[in-house]
Order: sequence, then structure tokens, then C-alpha cells
Amino acid sequence: MSIRPPARSLFRPKVAPDQSVLTEHKELIESIERRGFLKGTLSLGALTFLSGCNISDRDAVQSFLRTISSFNDRVQSLLFDPNRLAPTYSVSQVVKPPRFNAYYEIERVMPIDLNGWKLELSGLIQDKRSWSLEQIYAFPEQEEIIKHICVEGWDYIGQWSGPNLKQFLTKIGADLTAKYVVFHCNDNYSECLDMPSALHPQTILATKYAGEPITDPYGFPLRLRTAVKIGFKNAKWIRAIEVTNSYVEGFWEKQGFNWFSGI
Amino acid sequence: MVADTHIRAEKPTRRMHPLPLRIMHWINAISMILMVMSGWKIYNDEVIFGFLHFPDEITLGIWAQHALQWHFFVMWILVLNGLCYLAYGFFTGRFRRMLLPIRLREIIQEMVAALTFRLKHTDLTHYNAVQKLLYLGVILIIVLQVVTGIAIWKPVQFSGLVSLLGGFQAARLVHFIGMAAIVLFFVVHVSLALLVPKTILAMLTGGPRIAPAARRDADHAGTNA
Repeated sequence: MSIRPPARSLFRPKVAPDQSVLTEHKELIESIERRGFLKGTLSLGALTFLSGCNISDRDAVQSFLRTISSFNDRVQSLLFDPNRLAPTYSVSQVVKPPRFNAYYEIERVMPIDLNGWKLELSGLIQDKRSWSLEQIYAFPEQEEIIKHICVEGWDYIGQWSGPNLKQFLTKIGADLTAKYVVFHCNDNYSECLDMPSALHPQTILATKYAGEPITDPYGFPLRLRTAVKIGFKNAKWIRAIEVTNSYVEGFWEKQGFNWFSGI
Repeated sequence: MVADTHIRAEKPTRRMHPLPLRIMHWINAISMILMVMSGWKIYNDEVIFGFLHFPDEITLGIWAQHALQWHFFVMWILVLNGLCYLAYGFFTGRFRRMLLPIRLREIIQEMVAALTFRLKHTDLTHYNAVQKLLYLGVILIIVLQVVTGIAIWKPVQFSGLVSLLGGFQAARLVHFIGMAAIVLFFVVHVSLALLVPKTILAMLTGGPRIAPAARRDADHAGTNA
């Protein structure tokens, strides 16, 4: 039996690549995290298992469940009493600092630089001039000591203050008969509220927590606090408010959470 | 009353578990299982007991949001089916006939008999006191589960209910305990049914026929009690 040279692979290039590629991109090559790559291929492998069984079935189930979720939106808007006030609490029950929540960890919060920050206004609003933080601070303040209830199940009592959203929307000449108020945030987050919830007496644009300006992790300089919605509906690090009749799907709704999420 | 009895006596004999009841039983069983499994996934996102996480293999939904979608879909089936079941139980007299009266003395006697494996199942159509207690109990717990579920779902719209339950976290805890009771019932109910397989068959095919006279007598017994 003779020793054969290794068979030439069909996929082996006839001409070897120029070795200078390696030296030119030395930095890039060294930065490749092989472990990360391996992990990536593993999860890719796992994904093919899933697709192997029934990605389309799963899509069908998902679209069905989302249809039911939209039906539940309508039921919830019927259940919602715009005049019913949420329970309020005493100053002694306030948790300090508030509990952090975002779609990333607290270390990754990107603080807003006030230089150049102005609250932008768009959509069905008569006076679309943007607002500086000083102007917002000068607006009559309303304090709410209310419970924040997260969709996960935890809750805490917080003391928030800032302009009442209904008063603010009235002041800027927003069309209060429009369907939605959308909040665009600095961290590519967005949230869309139905108008009746936006006009609820306990819905405020919070600038302060426990009497002090909100700190970076909790939405400085401006965030929403409404007593009638689940936690994630309360947009933080707001940079723009839009009043519109066309639905804008928020960050968590895209992931499958219920839009109305009234409490 | 006389006219009512007369009409009943003319009816053909019926099964122990009439078809509508069997359908409602199995719809309830499936929806209850789906509610519990999706509930476990939702619970996992913010556990009440640090030592207790439910393994992904026995939960429903890829992530919590999908579990929530399932939970808030199946709740409609559970509630609509449950309302039909309650209406059926009340208006046909089945609850009164099958589940009442429950006497403490009989419960104790039959508990002892069950624990010493001397409980008799000669007559399927007649529930013993322990069965009556379990069935009535689980019906009430599922009703309570719906009530605490509404409290957790809409703690502002139903804030009175939440304070009655002792606050939002207390309502969550009661909802959890209700789940635990239902799971416990499930384990006992399924094990006992497996021990006496003809009871499972009865819930599938309807079980023994009951003479109208027997039904009427049972009704009268129920009324007199």
C-alpha cells in the first residue's frame, strides 16, 4: 500500500492567499475572541435545532397569541376608568433610591448631557417649539407618591414630581383627541401611551424623585411616571414627545409584551 | 315542584357524567395545566421564594412575555368554561346532588378508610365525603384564583380588592398559594383516578347510567338536607 498525498479538497483554493493579509490585519485578528465565536456557533447550532422542528408553527402560534393580546388591549381600555385614582402613599413609605430597571444593566446607562438637550415636540401639536429643562422646571409641579409595579411582579413606592402631562399637553396645544402619545428616549427606547391614560390625573413628566432632581440611572432629566400603567410603559431619558394617530410599537411590545399594559 | 319531578321522570336515563360536563371537565383540565405552566414561567422572572425556580422544561412560553401571552389567552377559556360549568352545576342541580351535603363525621371516617386503604368505590355515581370536599374545594380555589388574578392584573382598577387581599405582593402570594393548592389537588386527583381507572373511563365515556328515579330521589335528599 503506497502512501498517498493528502487528497486535495474541492474547497482548497488553488492559489494560497497573500500572507500580507495577516500582517495588515494583525490587530483585528488578535482581537477575535475565539471563545465568543465558539459560543456563537453553539447558539447558532441550537437555533438550527429549533428551525428543524417548527419555526413556522411557532410563528403561527406567535401571531395568534399577538392577536389575542390586541384583543386584550381593547378589553383593558374598556376596563380603564379615567377618573379612578391609584392609591397614594405617605412620604415615610418611599423607597430611596428608586429601583433601577431598563433593558440593560445599570453600568451601561448613558447619562444625558444637558448641553444641547431640549425636549423635542412633534406630531399633532400646535406649538412645536422645544423645551429647555429650565422651562420644564418652571412649569407647575405635581407630586405623586405612587406604586411602581413591574411586569415581572416586583413593586416599590416612589415619590415623583414634575409637570402634569395633561396640563403640559394642553399648554403646547396638543390634539387631545389624538389616539397616542409617544415618548422617544435617548437609549433608542420608545413607548406609546393611549391618550386616556396620558390624560389621567396621575400621569406626570417627572423631573424629581423625593424632592431632588432624578439621577442618571432613573431617567435624568425627564421621564414619565404614570400610576395607571405597568412599569415599562414609563419611558425614561425622554428626548422627544410625539402626539399621533398612528401606533408606534414600543421597545418591549416588539418583544411580545402587551401594549396597553394598564393596571 | 310536582310538575318538575314529573318531567324528569319521563326523561330517558342519563349518564353519570353527561356530555357537556365531560367536555367542560377536559377543557378545564387542559386550560388549568396551561395556566399553571405559563404561570411558572412568569413567576420565574421575579420569584417569591429564593429557593424556588421552575425548570424551563415544565414551563410554557419561550420568554416571560410569551408566557404572559399564553396566560392572558388561556384565562379567557378558563373563565368562560368555568362560568358555563358553574351555571350548569347550579341549574341542573348537579352540585347539590353530587357535592352536597358534606358531613364532617363522614369526612373523618372516609379519610381514615382512605389512609388504611379500605375506601370502597363500589358505586361510582356516588361521591364519598372526601371526594365531595376535594371537588368543592378545588372549584372554590379556582374561583379564588380568578379573583386574585384580576387583582394582580388590574391592581389600580380593582384597588379595593387588592387592599382586601393585603396589598399587591400579598395578592401575588395568595395567587401562588392557590396555584400550589391546585397542583396538589391535581396530584391527588390524578393518582386516585389512576388507582380506580374506571373513574377515568367514566369521565371519557360518561360512566354508568343513572335511573331518573334515583336522580329524583337524590334531588329530594339534597333538598331535605
